[in-house]
Parts: sequence; structure tokens; C-alpha cells
Amino acid sequence: MLAILTPIMRIIEIPMLALQRLLGINRLAWVFLLPNLVLFGLFAFLPVFLNVVYAMTGSDNVLLVDRPFVGARNFGTLMDCSSYLDPNTCREDKFWRAVWNTGWFVTLQVGIMVGFSLLTAIILNRDIRARGFFRSVFFFPVLLSPVVVALIWKWILQREGLLNAFLDWTGIGGINWLVDAQWAFTWSVFISVWAHMGFYTLILLAGLQAIPRDVYEAATMDRASPWRTFRKITLPLLSPTMLVVLVLALIKGVQTFDEVYAFTGGGPGTATTFIIQYIYEEGFAGAPRLFGLAAAASLLVALVLVLLTLVQLWLNRRNVDG
Amino acid sequence: MKKHILLTTTLAAGFGLAAGAAAAQEVRFMCYSDGNECEVYEDVLSRFEADNPDIDVEIDVVAYQAILENLPVQLAAGTGPDIAKVTDLGGLNEYYLDLAPYVDRDYWAESFGDTLDWYRAGADDDGIYGMHSQLTITGAFANATLFEQAGVEMPGEGATWDDWAAASRAVAEATDASFPMAIDRSGHRVAGPAISYGAQLFDDEGNGQLVDEGFTAFSQQFVDWHEDGTMARDVWAGQGGSTYQDAAQEFINGELVFYYSGSWQVNRMDEQVGDFFDWQVVGSPCGPAGACSGMPGGAGIVGFEQTEHPEAVAAVIDYLAQEDVYAEVTARTRNLPAHLGVASGGVEFEGASDAAQAALNAFAADLPNVSPIAFAYQGYAGNRAMFGITVERLSQAIVGELSVEDAMTRMAADLESAMAESQ
Repeated sequence: MLAILTPIMRIIEIPMLALQRLLGINRLAWVFLLPNLVLFGLFAFLPVFLNVVYAMTGSDNVLLVDRPFVGARNFGTLMDCSSYLDPNTCREDKFWRAVWNTGWFVTLQVGIMVGFSLLTAIILNRDIRARGFFRSVFFFPVLLSPVVVALIWKWILQREGLLNAFLDWTGIGGINWLVDAQWAFTWSVFISVWAHMGFYTLILLAGLQAIPRDVYEAATMDRASPWRTFRKITLPLLSPTMLVVLVLALIKGVQTFDEVYAFTGGGPGTATTFIIQYIYEEGFAGAPRLFGLAAAASLLVALVLVLLTLVQLWLNRRNVDG
Repeated sequence: MKKHILLTTTLAAGFGLAAGAAAAQEVRFMCYSDGNECEVYEDVLSRFEADNPDIDVEIDVVAYQAILENLPVQLAAGTGPDIAKVTDLGGLNEYYLDLAPYVDRDYWAESFGDTLDWYRAGADDDGIYGMHSQLTITGAFANATLFEQAGVEMPGEGATWDDWAAASRAVAEATDASFPMAIDRSGHRVAGPAISYGAQLFDDEGNGQLVDEGFTAFSQQFVDWHEDGTMARDVWAGQGGSTYQDAAQEFINGELVFYYSGSWQVNRMDEQVGDFFDWQVVGSPCGPAGACSGMPGGAGIVGFEQTEHPEAVAAVIDYLAQEDVYAEVTARTRNLPAHLGVASGGVEFEGASDAAQAALNAFAADLPNVSPIAFAYQGYAGNRAMFGITVERLSQAIVGELSVEDAMTRMAADLESAMAESQ
């Protein structure tokens, strides 16, 4: 093998040595970084830069040359509110309705999902019967496409769906779930938890299995109660994993779109319209296409996501240092 | 040597033919179907290609959503097709190829009359941009069997929206039908009723305007009908944004007494209702303003200025606009004709049942009732923005997020900023 590689290395060595002589040893590193930098530049930094440019230009034209510079006007339109607590007082009330809906959705969905994922992971970590089967069952929804998830649940919850047929059969009587704002929102949270908790359960399960057995054995010898063991051993040792789960779930929650869009279309009214749907509708589905407003809104979302990521990094570092 | 010369000649001829074929002008046609339109165009245009071997028409069949969302972006980026079937007739005007230099202007003016205006930029524009391939008109379907079972007489000609609401409620009550009435969730669909209630839709300078006394009166009535259960709540409250939603399935299932939609639903009713129940087209009810207007609409075939083969594009569209070809396509696709010659000659719709034939004739007969405001609105470049705003804000009023008054204020503000961004 070495016999084959040696002549090849010799061939490569000649131009590399020449380059090194030309650029110096420190600058040569940039030559190796260049392919990655080009790819990142094209597919990550350039789109971000374009997004900023769109956010600072107006009109419904796509081509940048046809778009007049408007400065921070789009951001001003989004932030123009008498009270941020009441979307009705905002100039772009749909944006603030979407912000509030997303806020409530993320709070409820992440809280419930992380709680249930932890509970499920603890149960699946015990020596129960058919453990492998249950692990698969909880993970299965994660494999489904978001649109499939939405259509399955729409089929169950529509006016003449499975659930109402069952409720009618029991004599309770059906409810028009998707036409009532509160029910539609509640079911959106439920479906999102159902569809994603398997993923987080898996991560938490891996975290639980990484806790050394002897710590639990010592607790048993000290006659610690199960609750105390959970509070004093499981939770602290699981906290780095919990942190990852929490931040990932938060970021995913803010980005929620496809599932809920296919499920309720954002309705009734704007009851289940989240921030990404707002961006999509302003920029692509509506007329005229308000690319500037959509780009400004997406930058604000990006800012929130960056903040969440920084919090995660800070907490991670604190955990490692502490 | 002779053999060598023969081989060389054959090869040269072969390459010559291949070069000729390669030189054929390829024209890409982005098409969507409501029924079988693209299939019929493919068939009809294969005859055109046989007569014009230098033009190769490639039909790309896409979903309607792609026409609404992707096509405008492609056109703006300069990567659009050469021809497309569109419904945003005036809104895409800036990209249209003017066919006037390539076609017989008099024939087109005589054949397509006022529908040519729908594709123009304004009153000063006399270009020929599009062939209106299928004319539609909004109107109502009534479940005649439910009326008969309920022993309620169907309101006759000149009946108002109130008459139909009262009758539909009585029928639903007597027959246990789920919904008395439904109107498709679309700004286009409610425009006709709103005009009948007195909506003007334009200000004195001809700019789009949503909110006035008539529009507010209809909106209030529409919201009230949702509150008292006259209108099917599922249609408008079951969706968000400006997403389109029809109630055809509810009507087909026999759950709906009165369904306000349009002529494009006739084939679906014909095929899916079958002899399950009797249905009939009852046109557009009248409003307090005296009008009994539906909204015209439909789709048209346009060429785009960015094409590399303007003559070929014009030739294809002109071929489809010829009376015999247009008549054949209309008969096979079972659409109402916008071609005045074809319309006046009458169309024998292929494979249509007696009920469908009667329904299409009823829709055609309702055309004279269409208000001039409705015609102007259909051709207005900003109508898509107005349709979207109507759906979003009216839905919010229906589900109680906004009062009707607040919804009207929001509509006016939304339209103002939409128009400012479009200029």
C-alpha cells in the first residue's frame, strides 16, 4: 500500500512545496480551508447576506436591482405596536399574532414534550417486558413525514372523522375540533408532541444509560427512596443531556411549520398561524409578495434562534467548567 | 469508392436531418388542468406540430399552485416558460408578449371582445396578450331532491340572498341536512354577492377599494350567517391564511342545500353526484342593491416577452384561438367558451349528461346578469391582493378574532400597503 502511495505523495509534494515557498507556512492553511470556505460562503453566508439586503429593500420585485432601498422600514413596520401584548394594536397584527401563537406553542409543546420524553425514557430504561417493542413504538412517529402526520390526524379529527364517529357511538356526541380555535391549537400541540417525542426520548434514554450503575447501587445501599434517587442522582447527572434536549426542542418548536400548516392551514382565523407560516405567506403565498417584510421577520426569528443557541453554549460551558 | 461516397452521403443526410430537428424551435407551455385541459391541448397541439415541423411544443403539466406561486417568481427571475395557462390575468401583464404584431387583430377583437381587456395593463393599453381559454362564472347549485323532500318551494328567478337563506334553512331543518348554505373560501367567490349588496370595489379614480357601505353590509350579513348556522362554518373557519377551500364535497355528499361556487364545478357534480340526487344551477341571487351578479373568471393562455421564439409562441396561441380548434377544445373540456363565435354557435359538450348540459347552459344564460363592476374587477391587476385580503380578514371576523368593523379597517389598511408595495 505504502509502495503505491509514496509516488503519489511525491507528485503532490512538489506543487505543495512550491506553494509553501510562495505563501509561507501560515498562509498555506488558507489553501486547505478554501474549498470549505467557498461552500459555506455560497450556501450559508451569501443567503444570509441576501436576506439582509432583501429586508432593507422594498416593493414586490424579486430582482435586487429593481428593489428600492428602504433602510429599516420593514423592521419598523413589524415593530410598530402600541402594546406588544395586544396584536390588535400593532400595524402588522398578523406578525404579532404569529409571534404570540409561536410563544404559547413553544412553551406548551416543549414543556409537555420534554416531560413526557423524560417519563418515557425512565420507563423504557427499566427492565420491563417487550422493552424493544415499546422503544420502537415511541420512535415510529419520528419516521413519518410531517405531512403524513398532519393528514393522519386530520382524518381522525375532521367533522366526520374517526374520533367523532367514536364519540357519536358512545353517545357523547362529536365536536368540530378543527373549526374551534382553542381545540385546533390544543390538537396542534398534542400532535407535535406525539410526532417528535420519540426523538427526544431516544436522546434521554442514551443519557440515562450513560449514568454509572454503581451510583444507583450506592444509593440503594444507603436506602435512598426512589424519588430522592431521581432528584439527587438521575436529574443532576442527566442535566447535560436535558439541556441539549431542551434547546433542540426549543429551536425545533420555533421553526414549526409544515405539520401544522398541513393540519389546520393556520386556522381557524389565525389561531394556529406560527411565525414561519407568516414568513411563508408574506413572502411567497400572498399577493403582492412582500419579500422585504418576510426577510425582516425571518431575521428576527434568526436572532431569537441565535440567542437560544448562545444560551445553550453558555450553559454547556458552565456545566463542563462546573 | 462508390460505396464510400454512398456512405458519406447517407451520413451527411443523417446529420443534416438531425441538425434540422435540433434547429426546431422549442416552445415550453406550462399548463395546469381543472379537468382534462392539458391532455386535450397536447392532442390538439400535436396536429399543430405536424403542420409546423419547425416548432416543437413541450407541455409541462403542473399543479395549479405552481401557476400561482412559482410562475411569478420564475418570470421575475427570467427563467419562465414561453407560454402558460394563467388565472392572474392582469397581474402578470408586465411579462406578457404582445401578440398583436403576429396575429390578425380584427379576428381577435371580434372573437374575444372584452376579455382581451382582462390581460391589459389599463385603459391605454391596446395590446393582445392572452386568449381566454375557459370562461367561468360564479353561481349557485341547489340540491333539488332536498327541496322536494322538505316540501319547500325553490326560490324562483329574481330571488334574493335572504330568500335563499330562509329557504335553505327551512330545507336543512326539515331534512336534517348538515348545512343550509356554503360559499367557497375565496375572495373571488364573495365578490359577486358583495357587488349585489352594493360594493363598488373601485374608487372614483379607478383604484381598487374594498371597504364601502355595500361591502360592509355583505360582510356583516356573511358573518351573521356563520353565527346563526346558515353558512357551513367548516369552509371559512376550517382554514387559515388566504388558503382556498371549496365545499363541493359537502354538496356531493348531500349534506349541503345551497352551494355557491361556479361553472367549473359542473363536471365534478356530473361525475360524482350521478343519480344520488337531483341538482340544478340557480345562478346568482340578488342583493339589496338590485344586482344579481356573479363573478366572471377563468383561465387564459398567454405568451411571455422573455421567450426566444416570439413568432412561434404567437403561432401556437393563434392556432388555439382559431374558431374550429377553440370549439373542439371547449367541447372536449366542457368549459364555457369565451370565443364569441363559438359561444354564439352553441357548444355540444362531449360526454356531458343532460344535467351537466343544462347546468352549463344555465351558467351561460346568467352571463348577462354579471355587473360591469365584476367584469372590471376580474381584469384589475390588483385583484389577487384584494381577494387574499378579503379571505384573511373576513375569516378573522367569522371566527371572532376581529369585529366586522375592525376587519374592514384592517382590509383598507392592508390594501393600501399592498398597493404601495406593488408600485
